[in-house]
Amino acid sequence: MEQPTTPPSVVYEHAHHIDAHEELGWWRKYVFSTDHKVIGIQYAITGLLFLLFGFGLMMLMRWQLAYPGKPIPLIGPWLGQSRAPMGIMLPEFYNQLGAMHGTIMVFLGVVPLAVGGFGNFVMPLQIGAPDMAFPKINMMSYWVYYIGGVIMLASFFPTTGAAQSGWTSYTPLSVITATSGQTFWLVGMIFLITSSLLGSINFITTIVQLRAKGLSYMRLPFFVWAQFVTSFLLLLAFPPLEAAGILQLMDKVAGTSFFLPSGLVISGKPLAVAGQGNPLLWQHLFWFLAHPEVYVLILPAMGIVSEIIANNTRKPLWGYKALVYSVVFLGFMSFIVWAHHMFMTGMGTTMSAFFQTTTMIISIPSVVILTALLLSLWGASIRFTTPMLFALAFLPMFGIGGLTGLPLGLAPSDIHLHDTYYVIGHFHYVVAPGTIFALFAGIYHWFPKATGRKMNELLGKLHFWGSLVCINLVFMPMFIQGLAGMNRRMYDGGAQYAHNQGVLHWNVVQGYAAWGLGLFQIFFIINFFMSLKWGKAVDKNPWEATTLEWLAPSPPGHGNFLTEPIVYRAPYEYSVPGAAKDFSPQFEPEKA
Amino acid sequence: MHSDPAGVRASLRKYVMIGAALLVFTVITVAANRLHLAVPFAITVALIIAVTKGSMVAAVFMHLSNEKKWIYGALLLTAIFFAVLMSVPFFTIMDSIGTPQPAIGVGEHPAGH
Amino acid sequence: MNIPYTVEERPDSGLANGKLGIWLFLASEVMLFGALFSTYIILRTGATEWPHGELSVPLGALNTVLLISSSVTMVMAWAMLKLHNWGRHRLYLLATFALAGIFLVNKYFEYSDHLARGEGPSHSTFLAIYFTLTGLHGLHIVGGMVVMAYLLGPGAKLWKQNPDQFTNRIEYTGLYWHFVDLVWIFLFPVLYLL
Repeated sequence: MEQPTTPPSVVYEHAHHIDAHEELGWWRKYVFSTDHKVIGIQYAITGLLFLLFGFGLMMLMRWQLAYPGKPIPLIGPWLGQSRAPMGIMLPEFYNQLGAMHGTIMVFLGVVPLAVGGFGNFVMPLQIGAPDMAFPKINMMSYWVYYIGGVIMLASFFPTTGAAQSGWTSYTPLSVITATSGQTFWLVGMIFLITSSLLGSINFITTIVQLRAKGLSYMRLPFFVWAQFVTSFLLLLAFPPLEAAGILQLMDKVAGTSFFLPSGLVISGKPLAVAGQGNPLLWQHLFWFLAHPEVYVLILPAMGIVSEIIANNTRKPLWGYKALVYSVVFLGFMSFIVWAHHMFMTGMGTTMSAFFQTTTMIISIPSVVILTALLLSLWGASIRFTTPMLFALAFLPMFGIGGLTGLPLGLAPSDIHLHDTYYVIGHFHYVVAPGTIFALFAGIYHWFPKATGRKMNELLGKLHFWGSLVCINLVFMPMFIQGLAGMNRRMYDGGAQYAHNQGVLHWNVVQGYAAWGLGLFQIFFIINFFMSLKWGKAVDKNPWEATTLEWLAPSPPGHGNFLTEPIVYRAPYEYSVPGAAKDFSPQFEPEKA
Repeated sequence: MHSDPAGVRASLRKYVMIGAALLVFTVITVAANRLHLAVPFAITVALIIAVTKGSMVAAVFMHLSNEKKWIYGALLLTAIFFAVLMSVPFFTIMDSIGTPQPAIGVGEHPAGH
Repeated sequence: MNIPYTVEERPDSGLANGKLGIWLFLASEVMLFGALFSTYIILRTGATEWPHGELSVPLGALNTVLLISSSVTMVMAWAMLKLHNWGRHRLYLLATFALAGIFLVNKYFEYSDHLARGEGPSHSTFLAIYFTLTGLHGLHIVGGMVVMAYLLGPGAKLWKQNPDQFTNRIEYTGLYWHFVDLVWIFLFPVLYLL
């Protein structure tokens, strides 16, 4: 997507080595590239396409919920007999859409975009590194992710369809569902996990080893801290899910019964397996990953928002140290809260008391971070640019997501709310208007760095306001529905239950809001491509920002910096009293 | 640090000795098994031997007896979360509401399919 | 373009990139095998009956001896590079590779014996976890052998161009290899003896 500018041939160190790699062919430069920026852009674009695809799945589901049993307009006839005969969605297909929407959004959309995309592109630039510590492993990480994605998509093609046991793939349901979809899912997941592991090793090593001269840990931009903690979560929480995936794959393929208890009877017939397995074990191993995974989704978003808020308030972040300690503590605690997803499994009071306590404790650093960002706005003359609007919206949206999580973290209220739309609403407030808004903010913010051009402000604002209104109309009614007791994962939205009758009409509103949300994304797509070609050309520091990535040319060439970056100060020195400008970049020496 | 040639030469003997010690421990663990000790005691003995052997490999062959703080830090963090992971069996079995799983006879293993 | 600290150590961390990278990788491996050991404990404590003496202790013990010996030859292969003794290094690395190969042959006999008796992974929960744990461990052995084959073959050219970097690669391979050995040290009593 970049213009093929000639890479700056001056690299500050070991300049004599460069001759050998001077001109790379098109394939090595744009496809099998080892340049962290190209890989970051590959991750970002693939992630965005998966987000769009996952969003498409959701729009089909919303049609079914709004108008159960009515033929799907436009694309209904194209879905085929095995999915939607006469355009009417089959329950099995609805289950596939649900399972794959979750899987694709989390593992193929948001994480690759937030960590693979932004982490890869921005982090090495912000620490003043010429590239990642292991460029070839970085490339491998992308391609392993890509293969995982292709496997996930391929699972839709067999007539029995994709995985249909929810994105959590709870056993024994996922094992005894006799379709190939779940096998595809497991193999795909093993690839995605491997990719994340390779990526996280690279991130940690890069941050520890390749920081520029003068860049001590307490001078790191908060975004880098967020990526650092995220990488540890990926490194240590993902392997247990990989193990669990292997075990479930053995159950599916080799006929073992790790997760199948003795005496399981399916359709009146005893299941012919050895038995003695433990279905709860899957839930433990799954959530041992998947709770830290929630923080993998949210921490990079907090990092992006912090950068943008500091830049657009023209003030230092309020409480930088508190932010750093909070994010480290958050990462640590996220490993010991997982069973709060499992209050309904019949766990005893001792155990639920333990996990309720840790869950309440982990909400403290989240609140500290949110409060620090909110206080950063105090008394600032805010620049309401498009990235800033998205970043500002992140604060209340994530706030709603976080606060509605508290009743779910306490067993007594969770037992009422579990498996209702309230849970869906809570989680989506964290991830959709929360993380995805932050990701949009990041795209608008770093687009000039990646391309040398700014995105259009008017289209950006249309995109923002439209999305903000629509997305709240999708998710806010979920709290109402959930509190009324409406169950999630119902093919017809729960139309046959008396207690749902008062809240069913919201499904129509949510449907229109979801399709509207889709329409407003068109502004973004147009803006993205238009700005590539006709966007306002900018210099290397269009936002007058302070961190190191703005020292490199826009777009930066292979090797990133023209001269060796040296860091002289903390990351957010805006409006320093007595300074000539309202920003004092990290790379500028103290006034001589 | 023992990566200078003189230090390495001095370590050669140590590597062989540790290798020999590991083999001796292997013999001991097999021999202990021959004694047919009570199960809990046998597990304790076998695990103590395994941990000893493992520490020897880690400390000497992997040079963990003399490493940098980042590696100790990363391993400490891993050790903590490993311990958490090892608590999963406890959480799965020990504390649950309702009747415990009935003991089902395992005499009839249906043949693999 | 050159990435700093691929060979030399960064002063403040005292590490080269690869050293930290391989240790982080091993940390993730600890969690991977940890989850499987955890599964083993759950299955075993939940089982009404656990088979005893189903596996051949002599074969298992032989494999333990093989892997421990291969760990010694691996660390010697690294030490010989530090002493600039190329010939002995090749010998030790080749020995490590060969010992790993014998380990796998041994494993093959064990597996085929079980399968011939109709005792596949689906036969019982014990065999399921046995095949999963040893199978995954076996894959790690194969992975290590691939890396060693590379370092014995085309990868060996690096010694001429950049001996320090080659020595580092052998060291990292060694760290991985010792870890694989370490896992087996726990697998042997857990599966064969208890």
